[in-house]
Amino acid sequence: MADPMKIRAQMKGDVTEVRVLMGHAMETGQRKDAAGKAIPAHFIQSMTVDVGGKRMVDAQIGTSISRNPVFGFKMKGAKAGDKVVVSWVDNKGDKRTDEATVA
Amino acid sequence: MKFSIVAIAALAAAWAGTALAQAKDPTIAGIEKYREMLGDDNPAELYEARGEQAWKKKAGPKNVSLENCDLGLGPGVVKGAYAQTPRYFADVDRVMDMETRINWCRMTQQGISEADIRKRPFGSADKPSEIEDLLTYVVTASKGMTMNVPSNHPKERAAYELGQAVFHMRAGPYDFSCATCHGEDNLRIRLQELPNLTKSEDAKRAYIGWPAYRVSTSRVHTMQWRINDCFRQQRLPEPRYMSEAVNALITYMAQTGNGAEYKGPALKR
Amino acid sequence: MEMNPARRTVLRGASSLGALSALVLAGVLKPTAVYAAEWNKAAFEAKDTAGALKGMGAAASADSKDLVLKVPDIAENGAVVPVDVLSNIPNTTSIAILVEKNPQPLCAQFDFANGALPEVAARLKMGQTSLVKAVAKADGKFYTAQKEVKVTVGGCGG
Repeated sequence: MADPMKIRAQMKGDVTEVRVLMGHAMETGQRKDAAGKAIPAHFIQSMTVDVGGKRMVDAQIGTSISRNPVFGFKMKGAKAGDKVVVSWVDNKGDKRTDEATVA
Repeated sequence: MKFSIVAIAALAAAWAGTALAQAKDPTIAGIEKYREMLGDDNPAELYEARGEQAWKKKAGPKNVSLENCDLGLGPGVVKGAYAQTPRYFADVDRVMDMETRINWCRMTQQGISEADIRKRPFGSADKPSEIEDLLTYVVTASKGMTMNVPSNHPKERAAYELGQAVFHMRAGPYDFSCATCHGEDNLRIRLQELPNLTKSEDAKRAYIGWPAYRVSTSRVHTMQWRINDCFRQQRLPEPRYMSEAVNALITYMAQTGNGAEYKGPALKR
Repeated sequence: MEMNPARRTVLRGASSLGALSALVLAGVLKPTAVYAAEWNKAAFEAKDTAGALKGMGAAASADSKDLVLKVPDIAENGAVVPVDVLSNIPNTTSIAILVEKNPQPLCAQFDFANGALPEVAARLKMGQTSLVKAVAKADGKFYTAQKEVKVTVGGCGG
């Protein structure tokens, strides 16, 4: 099973800064293993960020995002104590949802 | 003509070093900006999280957690322990680095066999090893603390001296020692600046970043791994994992670079 | 009536997955548990930038100095290249990032709603020295900014 995400969400003035670290191979499908066999593509395809119950970011993702992806977002209208929910789904249907609280 | 290869390499490196000292190369400035932009978000945190779980989980033939492991500051104390290693441990009457010490706890407390510990100490991006997770958890608990590596005990001083000797020992097909690359100022290999680990200032900068997550391999590397890799690059046989020589080398570097704020695990190229 | 983009995503996801939409209607799944199911295959699997832009519906675009793309001039390793894109173009609702010389140039597309600012930080893989391109969408129009990143190969070190 995929590693839990690391989510940081902090108020900086009236802006909420959210940073997310995900554990994922983000395999491109272009590489070959030691035996010369193609390693099948395995990568996160979509991600959503909800803050305070509202969908703020809806992302589609490709194979050119680095292994163990890191994303940073900023939003207005949220406040300390709001719940941040981040979800991803990959091309094999694996998925994860993790939560944090805005500090 | 082994000697001439080394001489040419040293000359080339010295020339590059001089050029570097005279004017800030825009390439080096660009690389510095790249490192700055990488920032603090480090996938090593995924290792840390797994390591904390592994630390607290009952495991091994004796089915106990590592929570009573003495890392030098008393049983169960993790916070700050890494900043005071390598150190002399009376219960084994030898100097150990943190990686060796955690493995010792896994053997003695959890009953894991030495053969199992040695089977796969260095993992892969797809399958990190348990010691990489555990060590990342333990070192992260010293982040922001001042490195305070003890050197009062005679065995701590002896380990330093042995490490210094190994550091300067020339051997192998290229007649290299650690000092060939890491014993002079301003050397570099291509774009990589090589710290002069015989000097406190450089050793500090180098030591506080390890263990490190390397983006080129997408995984955390431990200090034991890092030493092994230097031996590989010198075309020397791979040293035995947790050997006295490797622990002594780590002790030499740790004591030389003592007193800096620990910033690891770092994010490196 | 302008629909809320997030709401639209939910509807899009639900309609393309009959079984899931039934679950949503039955109240088994909350709408937020339905992901943006429509991954833009045509855009992401395009082998060149023109194809990716076409797949995004962004074939026609204009350079804009209000789209701020921050990348390092040199990347020590192409496996991780930090990027930060900020759009100062009013009503920006999405930002996409492309690496022109990658086998599949489109890296990601981010749609913003409900107070999210049009700014994103990410880390890209780059196979070689290439232009990195940001594409912002605002009021149905597309704007671009680009910069070259030199990718070097490291030696020993650390």
